[in-house]
Amino acid sequence: MPLVKAGKIVDDQYVRVLDDAPLPDGVPVLLTAARFLADAPELVERDAPVGVLWPNDRRVTELAPWIDRLALIALVFPKFRDGRAYSQARLLRERYGFRGELRATGDVLRDQFQFLLRAGFDALEVKKPADAAVFAEAAARFSVFYQPSADGGLPALRRRLQGTPVARVEPTGPAQSGRPDDKLRESRERTIG
Amino acid sequence: MYHYDELDRTLVKERVAEFRDQVARRLSGELTEDEFKPLRLMNGVYLQLHAYMLRTAIPYGTLSSEQLRMLAHVARRYDRGYGHFTTRQNIQYHWIKLEELPDAMADLAGVGMHGMQTSGNCVRNITTDQWAGVAPDEIEDPRIWAELVRQHVTLHPEFSFLPRKFKIAVGASSHDRAALAIHDLALRLHRNGAGEMGFEVMVGGGLGRTPFLAKTIKPFLHKRDVLSYVEAVLRTYNSFGRRDNIYKARIKILVHELGAEAFAKEVEGEWQSTKDGALALDPAVLAEIAARFTYPDYLKLKDSPPAIAQARRADPGFDAWMGNSVANHKVPGYAIVTLSLKPEGGTPGDATAEQMDAIADLADRYSFGEVRVGHEQNLVLPHVAQRDLPELHRALDAIGVATPNVGLITDIISCPGLDYCSLANARSIPIAQEITRRFKNLELARNLGRLHINISGCINACGHHHVGHIGILGVEKNGEEVYQITLGGKADENAKLGALIGPAVPYAQVADVIEDIAAAYIELRARPDELFIDTVKRTGVEPFRERVYATR
Repeated sequence: MPLVKAGKIVDDQYVRVLDDAPLPDGVPVLLTAARFLADAPELVERDAPVGVLWPNDRRVTELAPWIDRLALIALVFPKFRDGRAYSQARLLRERYGFRGELRATGDVLRDQFQFLLRAGFDALEVKKPADAAVFAEAAARFSVFYQPSADGGLPALRRRLQGTPVARVEPTGPAQSGRPDDKLRESRERTIG
Repeated sequence: MYHYDELDRTLVKERVAEFRDQVARRLSGELTEDEFKPLRLMNGVYLQLHAYMLRTAIPYGTLSSEQLRMLAHVARRYDRGYGHFTTRQNIQYHWIKLEELPDAMADLAGVGMHGMQTSGNCVRNITTDQWAGVAPDEIEDPRIWAELVRQHVTLHPEFSFLPRKFKIAVGASSHDRAALAIHDLALRLHRNGAGEMGFEVMVGGGLGRTPFLAKTIKPFLHKRDVLSYVEAVLRTYNSFGRRDNIYKARIKILVHELGAEAFAKEVEGEWQSTKDGALALDPAVLAEIAARFTYPDYLKLKDSPPAIAQARRADPGFDAWMGNSVANHKVPGYAIVTLSLKPEGGTPGDATAEQMDAIADLADRYSFGEVRVGHEQNLVLPHVAQRDLPELHRALDAIGVATPNVGLITDIISCPGLDYCSLANARSIPIAQEITRRFKNLELARNLGRLHINISGCINACGHHHVGHIGILGVEKNGEEVYQITLGGKADENAKLGALIGPAVPYAQVADVIEDIAAAYIELRARPDELFIDTVKRTGVEPFRERVYATR
């Protein structure tokens, strides 16, 4: 499954340890929710990044104490029709200020790319290689949005008030990490200028 | 009218381009039907018994004459020369070819129309009162709020893959013409004790196999909070709504299982964290939307011009129509005219391309180019000068949309049923047609007074049978179509679910049963002006049950 970050297919640096096996030293690891929560205070002191694979039926509030110490949170789409992780993503970005990598895993298809990016994901484990290959196009399918979102795009309601003309936005790939507020400001400045 | 700007038009065009690509991938086999299904559903495309069906949204039921002409064009060019207006302010075309769908959508996009979110597990077309903006009893035009919410939920990054579909209605009148209580979320604009305007928020209404009326979870919500609160409801539903069973996935089940109070508490907690954020409504944003709703340049006219009284005396047909299909307008000298799409023997809600074109022309001549679509599957000309009514009546009569049966027993709401729908267990349309033949005598229908019959061809209840004064539900039993009859339902501000009167009856007997019920009502009513629904409320269903089953 190709991993797409910042518009490019990249290698996954994380080793998945989805059981109680010993952790490899000095390597980024992706752990289950249970394993992470059981040893969180020690795990966040590791000398390599720690990520957690968080199920879509568990409140992300539980991660709040560790939000600044986690390098990666991977959310799950068991079926692309199951949209619970969109809510989790927005909460993590907008309410808990998570600035690490937010990764979509599971049934991640091209027709969802733009929804995912706008909900705050910045890394997508794409199910079909053919979808990953057309990432840039699929991620820029729509240039107009009505609502503010976690990727900092300027909503139509605001653009109207500012008299911003409709311009075809160049595909930028997944949103860069950073505070949503900063991005909103940047994009405002960009579109006003 | 609401005027789309370049941003709105760009989005609709981009949507057509996306769908064209998806259809191409489906036709080439790159997408399986399973993968294509949710994508086409997001654009209102269903696969029915005979062909694909395209559902097009008519947001809050408002159409320009130009848009109506385009609906006629699509009916003629891509379908079989007619369209079907639904109970949710949509139009459906039942005979569209997959290869031609993108072209049909591109044509619709040319007038700002689309099928976005008319199906699929997302927020559906926002509906409201078909008399919005002209009803004397409304406190504000609810379409401004419907449009605000419509924009906000269109292609929403968080709420496009909900557990199940999500229907929102907005109302602003003392008399509810938008069937608020049967919606997943209803916003009722009203004034609180301090005279401030805000929303009563109701959730968890819905029909289907487990009908519920919506429950109030917030009696008064300030206008500035409407988007943040709607998001809080949607987030709560998206996070906790059931996904294990399609029949238990609607928000009504979540509200029922948690209890309205616990649900409200969950929403409140969520909302407290977001209410002062980016979604707090900026008055400038609202003003911008309101400014793009334009109202006609009404003339200064007086109510009840003498010519009308003369015409009523001279022409009994005009008199009957005036008494039935014409309602008071908030501007003196004007009237709201309902066009019945329920002729004797017709399919409820169907209009031919020729009728649509003619109505568009009449709208230009008599109604400032505006047409409305109501959930009762009739059309409305919302701004008719009273002095033009006799002329308009002749023109409407000539195209078959002046049957003076609005609100009467033959003004039937019906789903397409087994004639079209792959979900249906039984026919609906032929039942409706037969009832209109039995009660074609207008004297008889008028004597029965206001009486709503709603027919669904399966448990999904698209024909809203639970809230019909008489509800008819078709089910399949041992390979036969049989029909359950309920009495006493209604969808207005005192909404109620109907009560079953007894065992289901065979297809061939349904119209007879309706005649029996009508006859029983005539005998049972306390006074000639006691409405059917009030008689049922007073007597209960028992005397009707006795009458219907005495000889069966």
